[in-house]
Amino acid sequence: MDYVTNLILILVASAIVNNVVLSQFLGLCPFLGVSKRVETAAGMGGAVIFVIGIASFVTSVIYKFILAPTGFEYMQTIVFILVIAALVQFVEMFLKKSVPSLYESLGVYLPLITTNCAVLGTALNNVTNGYDILECVISGIGVATGFTIAIVIMAGIREKIEYNDIPSAFKGTAIVLVTSGLMAMAFLGFSGVI
Amino acid sequence: MNKNIERIVNGVWKENPTFVLMLGMCPTLAVTTSAINGVGMGLSTTVVLILSNMMISALRNFIPDRVRMPAFIVVVASFVTIVQFLMQGFLPSLYDSLGIYIPLIVVNCIILGRAESYASKNPVIPSMFDGIGMGLGFTIGLTCIGIVREILGNGSVFDVNIPFLDNYHITLFGLAPGAFFVLAFLVAIMNVIRKNMEKKGKPLPKAVGCTTGNCDGCPSATECTGKEAK
Repeated sequence: MDYVTNLILILVASAIVNNVVLSQFLGLCPFLGVSKRVETAAGMGGAVIFVIGIASFVTSVIYKFILAPTGFEYMQTIVFILVIAALVQFVEMFLKKSVPSLYESLGVYLPLITTNCAVLGTALNNVTNGYDILECVISGIGVATGFTIAIVIMAGIREKIEYNDIPSAFKGTAIVLVTSGLMAMAFLGFSGVI
Repeated sequence: MNKNIERIVNGVWKENPTFVLMLGMCPTLAVTTSAINGVGMGLSTTVVLILSNMMISALRNFIPDRVRMPAFIVVVASFVTIVQFLMQGFLPSLYDSLGIYIPLIVVNCIILGRAESYASKNPVIPSMFDGIGMGLGFTIGLTCIGIVREILGNGSVFDVNIPFLDNYHITLFGLAPGAFFVLAFLVAIMNVIRKNMEKKGKPLPKAVGCTTGNCDGCPSATECTGKEAK
Protein backbone atom coordinates (compact mmCIF):
# COMPACT_ATOMS: atom_id res chain seq x y z
CA MET A 1 0.00 0.00 0.00
CA ASP A 2 2.85 2.33 0.89
CA TYR A 3 4.33 1.60 -2.50
CA VAL A 4 1.10 2.58 -4.26
CA THR A 5 0.90 5.84 -2.27
CA ASN A 6 4.49 6.50 -3.24
CA LEU A 7 3.65 6.00 -6.92
CA ILE A 8 0.70 8.38 -6.71
CA LEU A 9 2.90 10.97 -4.99
CA ILE A 10 5.52 10.65 -7.76
CA LEU A 11 2.81 11.04 -10.41
CA VAL A 12 1.32 14.19 -8.86
CA ALA A 13 4.70 15.69 -8.03
CA SER A 14 6.07 15.26 -11.54
CA ALA A 15 2.88 16.32 -13.31
CA ILE A 16 1.87 19.38 -11.30
CA VAL A 17 4.24 20.40 -8.51
CA ASN A 18 7.45 20.24 -10.55
CA ASN A 19 5.82 20.96 -13.88
CA VAL A 20 8.36 20.19 -16.55
CA VAL A 21 7.81 23.32 -18.63
CA LEU A 22 6.77 25.91 -16.11
CA SER A 23 9.17 25.16 -13.28
CA GLN A 24 12.01 23.20 -14.89
CA PHE A 25 12.13 24.87 -18.34
CA LEU A 26 12.47 21.60 -20.23
CA GLY A 27 10.66 21.12 -23.52
CA LEU A 28 10.24 24.86 -24.07
CA CYS A 29 10.73 24.52 -27.83
CA PRO A 30 7.56 22.54 -28.56
CA PHE A 31 5.77 24.47 -25.79
CA LEU A 32 6.35 27.74 -27.66
CA GLY A 33 6.37 26.30 -31.17
CA VAL A 34 3.38 23.94 -31.29
CA SER A 35 0.96 25.80 -29.01
CA LYS A 36 -0.92 27.86 -31.58
CA ARG A 37 -4.02 25.65 -31.71
CA VAL A 38 -5.57 23.40 -29.08
CA GLU A 39 -5.88 20.35 -31.38
CA THR A 40 -2.22 20.36 -32.41
CA ALA A 41 -1.17 21.03 -28.82
CA ALA A 42 -3.20 18.04 -27.62
CA GLY A 43 -1.71 15.87 -30.39
CA MET A 44 1.78 16.92 -29.37
CA GLY A 45 0.94 16.20 -25.73
CA GLY A 46 -0.28 12.71 -26.63
CA ALA A 47 2.89 11.97 -28.57
CA VAL A 48 5.04 13.24 -25.70
CA ILE A 49 3.23 11.04 -23.15
CA PHE A 50 3.74 8.06 -25.45
CA VAL A 51 7.43 8.69 -26.11
CA ILE A 52 8.48 9.74 -22.59
CA GLY A 53 6.61 6.75 -21.10
CA ILE A 54 8.45 4.30 -23.35
CA ALA A 55 11.77 6.13 -23.14
CA SER A 56 11.67 6.18 -19.31
CA PHE A 57 11.07 2.43 -19.30
CA VAL A 58 13.80 1.60 -21.80
CA THR A 59 16.44 3.93 -20.32
CA SER A 60 15.79 2.71 -16.77
CA VAL A 61 16.05 -0.93 -17.90
CA ILE A 62 19.32 -0.17 -19.68
CA TYR A 63 20.67 1.69 -16.66
CA LYS A 64 19.65 -1.02 -14.17
CA PHE A 65 20.75 -4.06 -16.15
CA ILE A 66 23.60 -2.85 -18.35
CA LEU A 67 25.20 0.37 -17.12
CA ALA A 68 25.01 -0.10 -13.34
CA PRO A 69 26.31 -3.74 -13.15
CA THR A 70 29.22 -3.01 -15.49
CA GLY A 71 30.19 0.25 -13.75
CA PHE A 72 29.57 2.41 -16.82
CA GLU A 73 27.17 4.83 -15.09
CA TYR A 74 29.10 7.81 -16.42
CA MET A 75 28.21 6.83 -19.98
CA GLN A 76 24.54 7.59 -19.23
CA THR A 77 24.33 10.86 -21.21
CA ILE A 78 25.72 9.34 -24.42
CA VAL A 79 23.79 6.09 -24.10
CA PHE A 80 20.47 7.77 -23.22
CA ILE A 81 20.52 10.29 -26.07
CA LEU A 82 21.33 7.59 -28.62
CA VAL A 83 18.74 5.21 -27.20
CA ILE A 84 16.08 7.93 -27.28
CA ALA A 85 16.91 8.92 -30.87
CA ALA A 86 16.83 5.29 -32.02
CA LEU A 87 13.68 4.60 -30.02
CA VAL A 88 11.73 7.44 -31.60
CA GLN A 89 12.68 6.21 -35.08
CA PHE A 90 11.68 2.69 -34.12
CA VAL A 91 8.35 3.74 -32.58
CA GLU A 92 7.58 5.72 -35.71
CA MET A 93 8.26 2.74 -37.98
CA PHE A 94 6.30 0.40 -35.72
CA LEU A 95 3.26 2.67 -35.57
CA LYS A 96 3.31 3.21 -39.33
CA LYS A 97 3.22 -0.54 -39.98
CA SER A 98 1.02 -1.84 -37.16
CA VAL A 99 -1.21 0.91 -35.78
CA PRO A 100 -1.87 3.25 -38.72
CA SER A 101 -4.72 5.02 -36.94
CA LEU A 102 -2.47 6.06 -34.04
CA TYR A 103 0.26 6.97 -36.51
CA GLU A 104 -2.16 9.28 -38.32
CA SER A 105 -2.77 11.28 -35.17
CA LEU A 106 0.72 11.24 -33.58
CA GLY A 107 3.03 10.66 -36.54
CA VAL A 108 3.91 14.24 -37.43
CA TYR A 109 4.93 15.06 -33.86
CA LEU A 110 7.17 12.05 -33.24
CA PRO A 111 10.40 13.20 -34.94
CA LEU A 112 10.02 16.59 -33.26
CA ILE A 113 10.53 14.91 -29.92
CA THR A 114 13.93 13.34 -30.59
CA THR A 115 15.94 16.34 -29.47
CA ASN A 116 13.34 17.47 -26.98
CA CYS A 117 15.26 18.09 -23.80
CA ALA A 118 12.30 16.95 -21.67
CA VAL A 119 12.82 13.31 -22.75
CA LEU A 120 16.54 13.24 -21.91
CA GLY A 121 15.94 15.35 -18.80
CA THR A 122 13.34 12.91 -17.47
CA ALA A 123 15.60 9.92 -18.10
CA LEU A 124 18.50 11.61 -16.27
CA ASN A 125 16.29 12.82 -13.42
CA ASN A 126 14.93 9.30 -12.91
CA VAL A 127 18.47 8.01 -12.45
CA THR A 128 19.42 10.86 -10.10
CA ASN A 129 16.36 10.18 -7.95
CA GLY A 130 17.19 6.46 -7.75
CA TYR A 131 13.75 5.28 -8.90
CA ASP A 132 13.06 1.62 -9.69
CA ILE A 133 11.67 0.68 -13.10
CA LEU A 134 7.96 1.10 -12.31
CA GLU A 135 8.62 4.40 -10.55
CA CYS A 136 10.56 5.57 -13.61
CA VAL A 137 7.64 4.80 -15.93
CA ILE A 138 5.18 6.52 -13.59
CA SER A 139 7.35 9.60 -13.24
CA GLY A 140 7.84 9.68 -17.01
CA ILE A 141 4.10 9.56 -17.61
CA GLY A 142 3.64 12.22 -14.91
CA VAL A 143 6.18 14.55 -16.49
CA ALA A 144 4.58 14.13 -19.89
CA THR A 145 1.09 14.70 -18.46
CA GLY A 146 2.37 17.91 -16.89
CA PHE A 147 3.72 18.94 -20.30
CA THR A 148 0.34 18.18 -21.91
CA ILE A 149 -1.55 20.18 -19.28
CA ALA A 150 0.75 23.17 -19.77
CA ILE A 151 0.73 23.13 -23.58
CA VAL A 152 -3.04 22.65 -23.88
CA ILE A 153 -3.76 25.52 -21.45
CA MET A 154 -1.24 27.65 -23.33
CA ALA A 155 -2.86 26.86 -26.69
CA GLY A 156 -6.29 27.75 -25.29
CA ILE A 157 -5.01 31.11 -24.10
CA ARG A 158 -3.15 31.78 -27.35
CA GLU A 159 -6.30 31.20 -29.41
CA LYS A 160 -7.90 34.07 -27.45
CA ILE A 161 -4.79 36.28 -27.53
CA GLU A 162 -5.01 36.29 -31.33
CA TYR A 163 -7.93 38.72 -31.10
CA ASN A 164 -6.45 41.02 -28.47
CA ASP A 165 -4.85 44.39 -28.98
CA ILE A 166 -1.25 43.93 -27.86
CA PRO A 167 1.54 46.57 -27.98
CA SER A 168 3.38 45.92 -31.24
CA ALA A 169 6.69 45.13 -29.51
CA PHE A 170 5.07 42.34 -27.54
CA LYS A 171 3.33 40.69 -30.50
CA GLY A 172 4.34 37.08 -31.08
CA THR A 173 6.75 35.35 -28.76
CA ALA A 174 6.99 38.09 -26.13
CA ILE A 175 3.32 37.99 -25.11
CA VAL A 176 3.45 34.17 -25.07
CA LEU A 177 6.39 34.38 -22.64
CA VAL A 178 4.50 36.84 -20.40
CA THR A 179 1.56 34.42 -20.41
CA SER A 180 3.89 31.52 -19.55
CA GLY A 181 5.24 33.61 -16.67
CA LEU A 182 1.73 34.12 -15.31
CA MET A 183 1.00 30.39 -15.69
CA ALA A 184 4.26 29.62 -13.90
CA MET A 185 3.11 31.88 -11.05
CA ALA A 186 -0.11 29.91 -10.82
CA PHE A 187 1.78 26.61 -10.77
CA LEU A 188 4.09 28.01 -8.09
CA GLY A 189 1.04 27.80 -5.83
CA PHE A 190 1.22 24.00 -5.96
CA SER A 191 4.72 23.95 -4.52
CA GLY A 192 3.55 23.34 -0.96
CA VAL A 193 1.19 20.49 -1.84
CA ILE A 194 3.67 17.62 -1.46
CA MET B 1 39.56 42.02 -41.10
CA ASN B 2 41.29 38.79 -40.15
CA LYS B 3 38.88 35.90 -40.71
CA ASN B 4 39.36 34.43 -37.25
CA ILE B 5 38.70 37.73 -35.47
CA GLU B 6 35.71 38.18 -37.75
CA ARG B 7 34.27 34.85 -36.45
CA ILE B 8 34.62 36.03 -32.84
CA VAL B 9 33.01 39.41 -33.56
CA ASN B 10 30.27 37.59 -35.44
CA GLY B 11 29.49 35.31 -32.46
CA VAL B 12 29.72 37.95 -29.76
CA TRP B 13 27.99 40.82 -31.54
CA LYS B 14 26.46 40.34 -35.01
CA GLU B 15 24.89 36.92 -34.49
CA ASN B 16 24.81 36.78 -30.70
CA PRO B 17 23.09 33.45 -29.96
CA THR B 18 21.04 34.77 -27.02
CA PHE B 19 19.99 38.24 -28.13
CA VAL B 20 19.90 38.04 -31.92
CA LEU B 21 19.44 34.39 -32.88
CA MET B 22 17.42 33.46 -29.74
CA LEU B 23 18.99 30.01 -29.52
CA GLY B 24 19.37 27.75 -26.48
CA MET B 25 16.49 29.19 -24.48
CA CYS B 26 16.02 26.23 -22.10
CA PRO B 27 19.36 26.70 -20.28
CA THR B 28 19.01 30.48 -20.63
CA LEU B 29 15.83 30.45 -18.58
CA ALA B 30 16.78 27.68 -16.21
CA VAL B 31 20.22 28.60 -14.88
CA THR B 32 20.21 32.40 -14.87
CA THR B 33 18.94 32.71 -11.30
CA SER B 34 22.25 34.39 -10.48
CA ALA B 35 25.06 35.97 -12.46
CA ILE B 36 27.63 33.40 -11.36
CA ASN B 37 25.43 30.51 -12.56
CA GLY B 38 25.08 32.27 -15.91
CA VAL B 39 28.85 32.57 -16.25
CA GLY B 40 29.37 28.93 -15.25
CA MET B 41 26.80 27.59 -17.69
CA GLY B 42 28.05 29.88 -20.45
CA LEU B 43 31.68 28.85 -20.03
CA SER B 44 30.95 25.12 -19.84
CA THR B 45 28.87 25.41 -23.00
CA THR B 46 31.73 27.37 -24.61
CA VAL B 47 34.24 24.63 -23.83
CA VAL B 48 31.97 21.96 -25.30
CA LEU B 49 31.25 24.15 -28.32
CA ILE B 50 34.93 24.81 -29.10
CA LEU B 51 35.97 21.17 -28.69
CA SER B 52 33.03 19.73 -30.62
CA ASN B 53 33.41 22.29 -33.42
CA MET B 54 37.09 21.34 -33.79
CA MET B 55 36.42 17.62 -33.68
CA ILE B 56 33.51 17.73 -36.12
CA SER B 57 35.45 19.96 -38.47
CA ALA B 58 38.43 17.58 -38.34
CA LEU B 59 36.15 14.62 -39.08
CA ARG B 60 34.01 16.40 -41.67
CA ASN B 61 35.43 14.44 -44.61
CA PHE B 62 35.07 11.08 -42.87
CA ILE B 63 31.50 11.27 -41.56
CA PRO B 64 29.03 9.97 -44.17
CA ASP B 65 26.30 12.50 -44.82
CA ARG B 66 23.45 10.13 -43.92
CA VAL B 67 24.63 9.47 -40.38
CA ARG B 68 26.02 12.91 -39.63
CA MET B 69 23.46 13.83 -36.96
CA PRO B 70 24.01 10.73 -34.79
CA ALA B 71 27.75 11.20 -35.28
CA PHE B 72 27.57 14.85 -34.17
CA ILE B 73 25.49 13.86 -31.15
CA VAL B 74 28.06 11.23 -30.09
CA VAL B 75 30.90 13.77 -30.38
CA VAL B 76 29.01 16.42 -28.40
CA ALA B 77 27.86 13.93 -25.75
CA SER B 78 31.43 12.69 -25.24
CA PHE B 79 32.73 16.22 -24.63
CA VAL B 80 29.79 17.00 -22.35
CA THR B 81 30.63 13.93 -20.27
CA ILE B 82 34.25 15.09 -19.99
CA VAL B 83 33.22 18.61 -18.95
CA GLN B 84 30.78 17.13 -16.46
CA PHE B 85 33.58 15.08 -14.86
CA LEU B 86 35.92 18.07 -14.70
CA MET B 87 33.26 20.26 -13.09
CA GLN B 88 32.34 17.56 -10.58
CA GLY B 89 36.01 17.30 -9.64
CA PHE B 90 37.08 20.93 -9.56
CA LEU B 91 33.92 23.05 -9.15
CA PRO B 92 31.59 20.90 -7.04
CA SER B 93 29.40 23.80 -5.82
CA LEU B 94 28.74 25.09 -9.35
CA TYR B 95 28.15 21.48 -10.44
CA ASP B 96 25.45 21.14 -7.78
CA SER B 97 23.69 24.38 -8.64
CA LEU B 98 23.63 23.69 -12.40
CA GLY B 99 22.59 20.07 -11.81
CA ILE B 100 20.79 18.36 -14.66
CA TYR B 101 21.40 21.25 -17.06
CA ILE B 102 25.03 20.21 -17.56
CA PRO B 103 24.24 16.86 -19.26
CA LEU B 104 21.47 18.68 -21.12
CA ILE B 105 24.14 20.75 -22.94
CA VAL B 106 23.99 17.80 -25.39
CA VAL B 107 20.61 18.92 -26.69
CA ASN B 108 21.48 22.63 -26.69
CA CYS B 109 20.56 23.74 -30.19
CA ILE B 110 23.50 26.19 -30.41
CA ILE B 111 26.02 23.35 -30.43
CA LEU B 112 24.31 21.11 -32.99
CA GLY B 113 23.37 24.21 -34.96
CA ARG B 114 26.98 25.38 -35.26
CA ALA B 115 28.14 21.85 -36.05
CA GLU B 116 25.62 21.57 -38.86
CA SER B 117 25.87 25.05 -40.31
CA TYR B 118 29.55 25.92 -39.80
CA ALA B 119 31.94 23.26 -38.47
CA SER B 120 30.89 20.55 -40.93
CA LYS B 121 31.77 22.83 -43.85
CA ASN B 122 34.89 24.70 -42.70
CA PRO B 123 38.49 23.90 -41.66
CA VAL B 124 39.51 23.32 -38.05
CA ILE B 125 40.97 26.72 -37.12
CA PRO B 126 38.04 28.90 -38.28
CA SER B 127 35.66 26.39 -36.64
CA MET B 128 37.54 26.78 -33.38
CA PHE B 129 37.24 30.57 -33.54
CA ASP B 130 33.57 30.23 -34.48
CA GLY B 131 33.12 28.13 -31.33
CA ILE B 132 34.97 30.71 -29.22
CA GLY B 133 32.85 33.55 -30.65
CA MET B 134 29.50 31.82 -30.30
CA GLY B 135 30.42 30.51 -26.85
CA LEU B 136 31.49 33.94 -25.60
CA GLY B 137 28.33 35.46 -27.07
CA PHE B 138 26.24 32.90 -25.21
CA THR B 139 28.21 33.47 -21.99
CA ILE B 140 27.69 37.25 -22.26
CA GLY B 141 23.98 36.73 -22.90
CA LEU B 142 23.53 34.42 -19.92
CA THR B 143 25.59 36.68 -17.67
CA CYS B 144 23.56 39.77 -18.59
CA ILE B 145 20.26 37.99 -17.94
CA GLY B 146 21.72 36.53 -14.73
CA ILE B 147 22.81 39.99 -13.52
CA VAL B 148 19.36 41.47 -14.20
CA ARG B 149 17.60 38.62 -12.42
CA GLU B 150 20.00 38.68 -9.48
CA ILE B 151 19.59 42.45 -8.99
CA LEU B 152 15.80 42.26 -9.20
CA GLY B 153 15.41 39.00 -7.33
CA ASN B 154 18.10 39.17 -4.68
CA GLY B 155 19.44 42.73 -4.62
CA SER B 156 22.98 41.59 -5.35
CA VAL B 157 25.44 41.13 -8.20
CA PHE B 158 27.85 38.16 -8.22
CA ASP B 159 26.77 37.51 -4.60
CA VAL B 160 27.85 41.03 -3.52
CA ASN B 161 24.95 42.86 -1.90
CA ILE B 162 24.07 46.25 -3.32
CA PRO B 163 23.45 48.78 -0.53
CA PHE B 164 19.79 49.94 -0.22
CA LEU B 165 18.63 47.56 -2.96
CA ASP B 166 19.04 44.38 -0.96
CA ASN B 167 16.09 45.36 1.23
CA TYR B 168 13.81 45.98 -1.72
CA HIS B 169 14.17 42.93 -3.92
CA ILE B 170 11.39 41.00 -5.66
CA THR B 171 11.98 37.32 -4.88
CA LEU B 172 9.74 36.31 -7.80
CA PHE B 173 12.48 37.20 -10.28
CA GLY B 174 14.72 34.52 -8.84
CA LEU B 175 11.96 31.93 -9.33
CA ALA B 176 10.56 30.35 -12.48
CA PRO B 177 8.00 33.07 -13.43
CA GLY B 178 10.69 35.77 -13.25
CA ALA B 179 12.70 33.95 -15.91
CA PHE B 180 9.75 34.07 -18.31
CA PHE B 181 9.09 37.76 -17.59
CA VAL B 182 12.71 38.81 -18.07
CA LEU B 183 12.94 36.87 -21.34
CA ALA B 184 9.61 38.34 -22.50
CA PHE B 185 10.96 41.87 -22.02
CA LEU B 186 14.21 40.91 -23.75
CA VAL B 187 12.27 39.62 -26.76
CA ALA B 188 10.12 42.76 -26.80
CA ILE B 189 13.19 45.03 -26.70
CA MET B 190 14.83 43.04 -29.49
CA ASN B 191 11.62 43.38 -31.54
CA VAL B 192 11.87 47.17 -31.27
CA ILE B 193 15.60 47.16 -32.13
CA ARG B 194 14.94 44.85 -35.07
CA LYS B 195 12.31 47.23 -36.44
CA ASN B 196 14.58 50.26 -36.05
CA MET B 197 17.47 48.52 -37.76
CA GLU B 198 15.20 47.54 -40.63
CA LYS B 199 14.11 51.17 -41.05
CA LYS B 200 17.77 52.17 -41.17
CA GLY B 201 18.26 49.58 -43.91
CA LYS B 202 20.60 47.40 -41.81
CA PRO B 203 18.37 44.47 -40.86
CA LEU B 204 19.58 42.10 -38.11
CA PRO B 205 19.95 38.40 -38.91
CA LYS B 206 16.65 36.59 -38.38
CA ALA B 207 15.97 34.93 -35.06
CA VAL B 208 16.09 31.20 -35.69
CA GLY B 209 15.52 29.66 -32.26
CA CYS B 210 12.55 27.59 -31.21
CA THR B 211 11.06 30.59 -29.40
CA THR B 212 10.13 32.07 -32.76
CA GLY B 213 7.81 29.11 -33.21
CA ASN B 214 8.87 28.51 -36.78
CA CYS B 215 11.52 26.18 -38.02
CA ASP B 216 12.38 27.98 -41.29
CA GLY B 217 16.07 28.73 -41.38
CA CYS B 218 16.84 26.88 -38.16
CA PRO B 219 19.99 24.80 -38.64
CA SER B 220 18.58 22.03 -36.43
CA ALA B 221 15.25 21.87 -38.26
CA THR B 222 16.22 18.66 -40.02
CA GLU B 223 16.76 16.60 -36.94
CA CYS B 224 13.93 18.23 -35.00
CA THR B 225 11.18 17.85 -37.56
CA GLY B 226 12.61 14.98 -39.58
CA LYS B 227 12.10 16.91 -42.80
CA GLU B 228 15.01 17.44 -45.14
CA ALA B 229 16.32 21.01 -45.17
CA LYS B 230 15.27 23.07 -48.16
